[in-house]
Amino acid sequence: MGNIKTVDARGLSCPQPPMLTQEALHKMGNGTLEVLVDSDTALENVSRLAKNSGWKVTVEDQPDSSYRIILEK
Amino acid sequence: MSSISRFLTSRWGPIITGLVVGVLAPVLVKLGNPGNMGICVVCFNRDIAGALALHRASVVQYIRPEIIGFVLGALIAALSFREFKPRSGSSPLVRFLLGMFSVFGALVFLGCPWRAYLRLSGGDWNAIFGILGLIAGIGIGIGFLKMGFSLGRNRPAPKALGWVMPAIMVTLLVLLLLAPQFGRDADGNLTGPIFFSTTGPGSQHAFWAMSIAVGLFIGFMAQRSRFCTVGAIRDSILLRDNRLLYGVLALIVAAFATNLALGQFHAGFQNQPVAQTNEWWNLGGMVLAGLAFTLAGGCPGRQLFLSGEGDTDAGMFAIGMIVGAGFAHNFSIASSPAGPAAFGPITVVVGLVICIVIGLTMREAKI
Repeated sequence: MGNIKTVDARGLSCPQPPMLTQEALHKMGNGTLEVLVDSDTALENVSRLAKNSGWKVTVEDQPDSSYRIILEK
Repeated sequence: MSSISRFLTSRWGPIITGLVVGVLAPVLVKLGNPGNMGICVVCFNRDIAGALALHRASVVQYIRPEIIGFVLGALIAALSFREFKPRSGSSPLVRFLLGMFSVFGALVFLGCPWRAYLRLSGGDWNAIFGILGLIAGIGIGIGFLKMGFSLGRNRPAPKALGWVMPAIMVTLLVLLLLAPQFGRDADGNLTGPIFFSTTGPGSQHAFWAMSIAVGLFIGFMAQRSRFCTVGAIRDSILLRDNRLLYGVLALIVAAFATNLALGQFHAGFQNQPVAQTNEWWNLGGMVLAGLAFTLAGGCPGRQLFLSGEGDTDAGMFAIGMIVGAGFAHNFSIASSPAGPAAFGPITVVVGLVICIVIGLTMREAKI
């Protein structure tokens, strides 16, 4: 877990969180991606996008009410 | 309550929201709203601008309770589900401008995306050109997004800031109900500062309590389901995600069926309510509107719902729409049933140039 790639999409408008995630997932092909978001809408959109392309989604609530989404394949 | 919320955030949420809008909008027409204008976010902001005398087009002046309901309904949903998160700082001034230009484009066509779909469902084939323009504008916006366009990040803001837009809406509600008249015209008669149309589309409206109830209900549902009439097309093209698109299709089907049932379906290009038949500028106006909405991250309804959640940048877009609607009539930009106005076409061209400059130049600042 020491060197995983991160997409920080906190504070960005639609559709940038899922779009940046999609770009990163395409580049990686497989592995582990960490996506940081701070709205429930972005959490839903990123999770749905990743699940639809076969990635395992794990969500961790952060103390500042943002979310850390771990995507694995 | 939370099971309803889970349902609305599922893939069924936008479909249910679209069905509800598709039924209630033609019902509002039956109850008094203008033809094919059960809900039109841009037209209703234009009427609000007129009621506040930001323009003096006497046929389009009314404080539309649906707009107030949209923001307050979304606020109630956001508070109920812990999503009320005041935030600001994502290029508010640019969002204000995008709100203005989106209205300029939409008022050349005579309707926002919501009304474009509702006009189509009522048999107004002029809407086809508007929707084609909308898709083209969204396509251009997607091009800029892929090139790295961003209005930058918002930041968490003090709780009080999130209450400003709801407070503005409550103020509008008070002005609607009291309609204060303490100005004087040249003959010394009481007039203004609040103006309501006595003829024309502005005079056509459902009973205010019914309008606000529908607005609150749709605002609540749309906040949960993330319903967006521009995101629908954008996500389908950009992300191959049709969740929101099914919501718009549900809206069109439900509105078509409801219009048929209520005897409000009249197919054709000519003599459509609050519409003009110039296909090129119907298309061109909505290219501008579609681009401006896409650069701002969502349709005019979505901007209102976000402002109810505490997104003050979306609030700036909404205020830009109201101010822009004032300019649209004062500067002869908004079309009339007779066709495009004197400065409508040139404003669409200028607006497109400015939105393209915004699309090419706005990038996330590296700190």
